[in-house]
Amino acid sequence: MQFMLLFSRQGKLRLQKWYVAHPDKLKKKITRELITTILARKPKMSSFLEWKDVKVVYKRYASLYFCCAIEQNDNELLTLEIIHRYVELLDKYFGSSIRLLAQKHCILVCELDIIFNFEKAYFILDELLVGGEIQETSKKNVLKAIAAQDLLQEVSYGDVPIEL
Amino acid sequence: MPAVRGDGMRGLAVFISDIRNCKSKEAEIKRINKELANIRSKFKGDKTLDGYQKKKYVCKLLFIFLLGHDIDFGHMEAVNLLSSNKYSEKQIGYLFISVLVNTNSDLIKLIIQSIKNDLASRNPIHVNLALQCIANIGSKEMAEAFGNEIPKLLVSGDTMDVVKQSAALCLLRLLRTAPDVVPGGEWTSRIVHLLNDQHLGVVTAAASLIDALVKRNPDEYKGCVSLAVSRLSRIVTSSYTDLQDYTYYFVPAPWLSVKLLRLLQNYTPPAEDPGVRGRLNECLETILNKAQEPPKSKKVQHSNAKNAVLFEAISLIIHNDSELPLSVRACNQLGQFLSNRETNLRYLALESMCHLATSELSHEAVKKHQEVVILSMKMEKDVSVRQQAVDLLYAMCDKSNAEEIVQEMLNYLETADYSIREEMVLKVAILAEKYATDYTWYVDVILNLIRIAGDYVSEEVWYRVIQIVINRDDVQGYAAKTVFEALQAPACHENMVKVGGYILGEFGNLIAGDQRSSPAVQFQLLHSKYHLCSPMTRALLLSTYIKFVNLFPEMRSQIQDVFRQHSNLRSADAELQQRASEYLQLSIIASSDVLATVLEEMPAFPERESSILAVLKRKKPGRVPENEIRESKSPAPNANHHAEAPASITGAVNNTSADLLSLSTPPSSQPTSNTGVLLDVLGDIYNMPNKVATNGAQNTYNPKKFVCKNNGVLFENDLIQIGVKSEFRQNLGRVGLFYGNKTQYALHSFQPQLSWSEENQQKLAVQVKPVDPVLEAGAQIQQMINAECIDDYSDAPSTIISFIYNNVPQKITMKLPLTINKFFEPTEMNGESFFARWKNLGGANQQRSQKIFKAQQPMDLAQVRTKLQGFGMQLLDGIDPNPDNFVCAGIVHMRAQQVGCLLRLEPNKQAQMFRLTVRSSKESMSVEICDLLVDQF
Repeated sequence: MQFMLLFSRQGKLRLQKWYVAHPDKLKKKITRELITTILARKPKMSSFLEWKDVKVVYKRYASLYFCCAIEQNDNELLTLEIIHRYVELLDKYFGSSIRLLAQKHCILVCELDIIFNFEKAYFILDELLVGGEIQETSKKNVLKAIAAQDLLQEVSYGDVPIEL
Repeated sequence: MPAVRGDGMRGLAVFISDIRNCKSKEAEIKRINKELANIRSKFKGDKTLDGYQKKKYVCKLLFIFLLGHDIDFGHMEAVNLLSSNKYSEKQIGYLFISVLVNTNSDLIKLIIQSIKNDLASRNPIHVNLALQCIANIGSKEMAEAFGNEIPKLLVSGDTMDVVKQSAALCLLRLLRTAPDVVPGGEWTSRIVHLLNDQHLGVVTAAASLIDALVKRNPDEYKGCVSLAVSRLSRIVTSSYTDLQDYTYYFVPAPWLSVKLLRLLQNYTPPAEDPGVRGRLNECLETILNKAQEPPKSKKVQHSNAKNAVLFEAISLIIHNDSELPLSVRACNQLGQFLSNRETNLRYLALESMCHLATSELSHEAVKKHQEVVILSMKMEKDVSVRQQAVDLLYAMCDKSNAEEIVQEMLNYLETADYSIREEMVLKVAILAEKYATDYTWYVDVILNLIRIAGDYVSEEVWYRVIQIVINRDDVQGYAAKTVFEALQAPACHENMVKVGGYILGEFGNLIAGDQRSSPAVQFQLLHSKYHLCSPMTRALLLSTYIKFVNLFPEMRSQIQDVFRQHSNLRSADAELQQRASEYLQLSIIASSDVLATVLEEMPAFPERESSILAVLKRKKPGRVPENEIRESKSPAPNANHHAEAPASITGAVNNTSADLLSLSTPPSSQPTSNTGVLLDVLGDIYNMPNKVATNGAQNTYNPKKFVCKNNGVLFENDLIQIGVKSEFRQNLGRVGLFYGNKTQYALHSFQPQLSWSEENQQKLAVQVKPVDPVLEAGAQIQQMINAECIDDYSDAPSTIISFIYNNVPQKITMKLPLTINKFFEPTEMNGESFFARWKNLGGANQQRSQKIFKAQQPMDLAQVRTKLQGFGMQLLDGIDPNPDNFVCAGIVHMRAQQVGCLLRLEPNKQAQMFRLTVRSSKESMSVEICDLLVDQF
């Protein structure tokens, strides 16, 4: 995967994760163009598009678009499920498992969670994907890793191994 | 405001709320600037901040950056956080530097040190944080600092599973920047055996790494094939309860399955071990069987995961291309998907079938679905799906169905989306040419193309139809008749006028017998379009007219009138003016014999690959649509058979486009034709803008400038900028070349190669340091060149830089600033000794080292001065009786000898001329110095 973007229906970027080195200027350009392209697509269209030299896979969850740029050989359908797994993890972590996965009126809450706890959203993503490849597909294991981190949060520690 | 989790930072939450409440962009910027000022003062202030405060401010900066604003401070504070003993602070520090890496800063050493400490920690959470950071930054420095450490971590028995997972992917990331980061030898088998690991998470991560390693060195990692097959076999035969957490919506380990199937696509089917092969086929059959089972869940996640595995299995079947039953089953499965109600599945099925169609084994099976595919092209609501259908039709086309497919594509073209029209035109043109048995059909198709989608018919397409008509005399009469009819339409596309004009100019005589298309009618028909056309088309028509003079002598006076018209003979367009006047003269002066020779029919074009195909390939680098049926593969170990393709593609592009340029001047530069007389007069100015455009708008390359200076931009075009910095001492020199990639893509196979003969190496020894083969987007790399002057030499070495940009090979040849004057040491001298030596050296052979030349620019003596100083000799003032003259002295250092050299430059302001005289004890040197300086002023 080359990068992942989360943006709102209004085109506001909520999270960006780059697995390839691009200068900032280029990142901004790609982001801008891709957001416009995707927002212009209609709901019944396929979740895949050829865009420049990458394949783009995207899916909308409530007010948020999750969008991944993948390599020519990567599996599109499974990329959709990487997105889904990430959504599940966010939902589970930020509390009730409604929100992104549920009806429209609850939705804003989750986008807000991501805005106000953006650093957490990044930490969770880092447990799911490293270097653009899936690191851990088990939901339980990812949540365990995040919980272990949270446990460490305010504890000033000696160098003691923590059982995972 | 929602609750902030755990160790939440209240100040941060308040700030984010403030930003969200801003009513306008201006208000937001104002609020951000206020915050930035506040943070800056805190960071600069006397009070030491505690960890929490630092964390909070760093986090705010990060938020501001992620909003799209630039951040130019805070890095130091973030680095401090890395070594905090509170995990939450450390984590924020890592996040900040991962997002805002500052590669060239001194901080990188501190960062590396902190990462080292955390990597060595006994706490796996810290180790993983460090690994994730290395992977996020993924720079060369990281590869250098941790290239040794991470492979050890990966295969060590003591490492915890979670750490192994991160280590594998971290290594994969570093592999992309530093290909040699993974050691070979015994490591290979230890890495491969990770596929046997108990922990499915480890296997999944390792499979990604191994896939990348295999791509680099398939033979070394061959052992992974049987392991991957066994692992896959265990997964596909397990029930969804067996794998517990690694089952995703009732599908056992879909990610791992897909990765293993992908890994196997790096190899041809395992031939030497029939057992492995058999087991693999069983796996593939099982996956195909499962596709027929009723779904275990109605959720889309279930079907996506299941079908993801299925599509990957089909990819492997297509790749292996060796088992007919499997290929046919795959094809049928895809056929079912073509009418699935999920758009995503239809899209992927079309794409996948496109690959299947290029295989000899399954081509026929794919053709059974032609009708559905045609329907998809016409009916799909989503243009990207329609595009896939067009690609598939193109791929499945062969002799038996060409007429039908081409006809359907032509029909669809009338309503097709603008975004895909140009590509469709190319495809139709290629198919029509490739499968034409009857060339009248071909001509009809192309003229239809121009009629339906004239705007999208590129030059290559109409050039090609002309080439074919000229080469095949059985179709010339038909072509003339058809274009004549097409031109009668009240509004016809300019491309039609071009093709019509050209063909009637060559073959109008073939239909002139018919009263309805007599010479006069043909001429009037063409000329009725003349005034509506662009200058380029008009120029082409003028050539047609002069050809008419030869074909139909009775038309001469009428055509001469056209040449004489003010709008032509005095056209503001130089090319039109030139053609009108030259053709007019030709028609007046030349005898009919001469006319017949000069305006003879065009000779046949050399047979070659269709230039249109090259254009199509260029339009879609990386995803070359194929209409080429592969032969089935014999199982033999090989991998990466696609690697070589791009080179040949562009080879074709280059030579064809060069040839085609000559076409826009019809009676022109075919080497075999005897129209050589006209060659010069008709020099084709219309091609100039094209050529310039392909070279890029802002090319910089002026090696002459670097005779008199050592630093600056040596070369620049759209893709690359090459800067130079050099220093010289005595007979030694060091030149640093800085290659900057200006594009958004990495330049691959980047290789500068020295061009300097062995013989020359004996005089100027040049040693070039190798550079990395990949120049990342926006990145700059440096190359050092060492030179030693041994003996006197002329000229300077060149370097030939080749690289691949966007699958297109590029080549740049560039003179290096290593001319002999670089080894000058300036010498002070008084007037007396100067003139004494000057006379001494004034031997007989002065002719060759004295040049008189015109000033290149208005004479500016101050500038001449600067240049002479840059040249390397000592400028001696007050010596020459004429204050305007320049005299210089210097010594060229070579390994075994030194040669003194004197120079005198006399400007003549009135004549705007210079006289340059160089004297030294070595004549060859004087000549070279003289040549170098000529034309500099």
